Amino acid sequence: MSRISPEEVEHTAHLARLELSADERDSMTRDLDRILDYVASLQELDTDGIEPTSHPIPVPTPLRVDEAVVPIDPALAISNAPQAEGTAFVVPKVIDSEDEG
Amino acid sequence: MPEILDTVPLQRDALDQGHVSSRELTTASLERAERCEALRLVVGTRAEAALTEADAADARRSRGESLGPLDGIPALIKDNMVQHGEPTTCASRILESFVSPYDGAMAERLAAAGAVVIGRTNMDEFAMGSSTENTIHGAACNPWDVERACGGSSGGAAGSVAAGITALALGSDTGGSVRQPASFCGVSGMKPTYGRVSRWGLVAFASSLDQIGPLAHSARECAMVLEAICGHDPRDSTSIPEPAPALEAQLSGDVSGLVIGLPREYFDLEGADPAVLERVREAVDALERMGAKTREVSLPHTSYGIAAYYLIATAEASSNLARYDGVRYGRRVSASDLGEMYRRTRSEGFGDEVKRRIVLGTYVLSAGYYDAYYRKAQQVRTLLRRDFEQAFEGCDVIATPTSPETAFRLGEKASDPLRMYLSDVYTVSAPLAGIPCISVPCGEAEGLPVGLQLIGPALGEAVVLRAADAYQRVTDHHERRPEFAL
Repeated sequence: MSRISPEEVEHTAHLARLELSADERDSMTRDLDRILDYVASLQELDTDGIEPTSHPIPVPTPLRVDEAVVPIDPALAISNAPQAEGTAFVVPKVIDSEDEG
Repeated sequence: MPEILDTVPLQRDALDQGHVSSRELTTASLERAERCEALRLVVGTRAEAALTEADAADARRSRGESLGPLDGIPALIKDNMVQHGEPTTCASRILESFVSPYDGAMAERLAAAGAVVIGRTNMDEFAMGSSTENTIHGAACNPWDVERACGGSSGGAAGSVAAGITALALGSDTGGSVRQPASFCGVSGMKPTYGRVSRWGLVAFASSLDQIGPLAHSARECAMVLEAICGHDPRDSTSIPEPAPALEAQLSGDVSGLVIGLPREYFDLEGADPAVLERVREAVDALERMGAKTREVSLPHTSYGIAAYYLIATAEASSNLARYDGVRYGRRVSASDLGEMYRRTRSEGFGDEVKRRIVLGTYVLSAGYYDAYYRKAQQVRTLLRRDFEQAFEGCDVIATPTSPETAFRLGEKASDPLRMYLSDVYTVSAPLAGIPCISVPCGEAEGLPVGLQLIGPALGEAVVLRAADAYQRVTDHHERRPEFAL
């Protein structure tokens, strides 16, 4: 029995904002199916009541004084922008014109 | 220069005695990087800046000043650590044009120690891989046999040290990415305790696992580098609030009474190369002859390590890599609407393995699967962590092979992701537990290097390094060089 369908792969890819060609989708389905089959071995273990580990070496949440700082010059921060205007990143319009104003 | 000065102590002695300048060492490293270009170990150099820094080191030396043992020593960093004004590609098309607007913690620490960064090393894209084949720069070739892989993902770093380009390099280790290439390339490579080294300016892959570590010929050199790069950094919230430990001073060469645990699950592994296991047993015998004791220990959940690792690492990666959307930096594929821009940018910018892991990670975090996969893997992580805690009640360090095999052929596993994942069987457990570990060369199998892995308890870098250094005082495997480097 397969663990993941091509449709699920396509849906998940969409959630991750990836577009897959039909070939990519099919080969990824085959690979993920085998990987999910392999990781299913974890289900053999009884983990009831076991605390999950999210950080292996927990340190207390570090706090700092609440002071405004300039971590990086905005002009530098934007130096890698594919498209910029002043110190703003430019992206395609998100809001339809009739929703404006 | 009369001989190849390819270790930090050799270089430091030559500098101290005035036989060589940092400029000459730096020039030699840059030339060697160029001569090794066909191996695709180094993906970019910064000759002008490096020579300026070397001159500054020479000027300090002439004034009788020193920033420490690494002052004037050429170094390489992995292409996922940012340095002001330099590209950081992560071997990905999506970051091909990225130039860092700031210094990461490693660039800062190396500069503060006087080390001269000459450039960046090849890696698997976003550190996802065990072979340094998933890279826009072309697969890295192992200096011991150019038809074989360097391992990964810090393959370029390990190969560069093996080929004598620089004496030291920094890599990053998430599931074995420093240790496995160190093993494949016959060099020493250490992953310190999670939180020891700041990740400020390290491109994130799996945040609860990623840790930076040194690669060099010997454990002693790894100790020297660690002293320079460890220590608290408030800019990394996982940074352990403790100063860098004094490590080199603790290399006493004495292992009498040290108890070495041998996990039966690691030595009984089906499919492990018998010659690899034999070399590791010989290494343990050598330590026993120096007065160490051995005892069998059990890490009963070992066989679940890879499954837990790949679920946690891919889940965290899917979240970390969401930032590559073509808005603030990196590649953008233009489109008329924002969603289309995201999709096209990411689909064209990421390679196959990265996409596979993003989709797997997104899947295991998605509604309905979170408990069965991600939470379950985190619970198994607790079990793996406890395995080590229990084992360390009866031993000081644990000795294992680093990899079940020697360097495989380029292309051999490239089309089979699951088989590639399984090659990390001995290296994934320690990062899941957050504990320190090193791989040191312990001989050869059919002419290819074999690695001995030594694992210590949390914050136990000193004991791991003491055992590794003691071993290297009575053996010469770390002094062997591939013909390519001669």
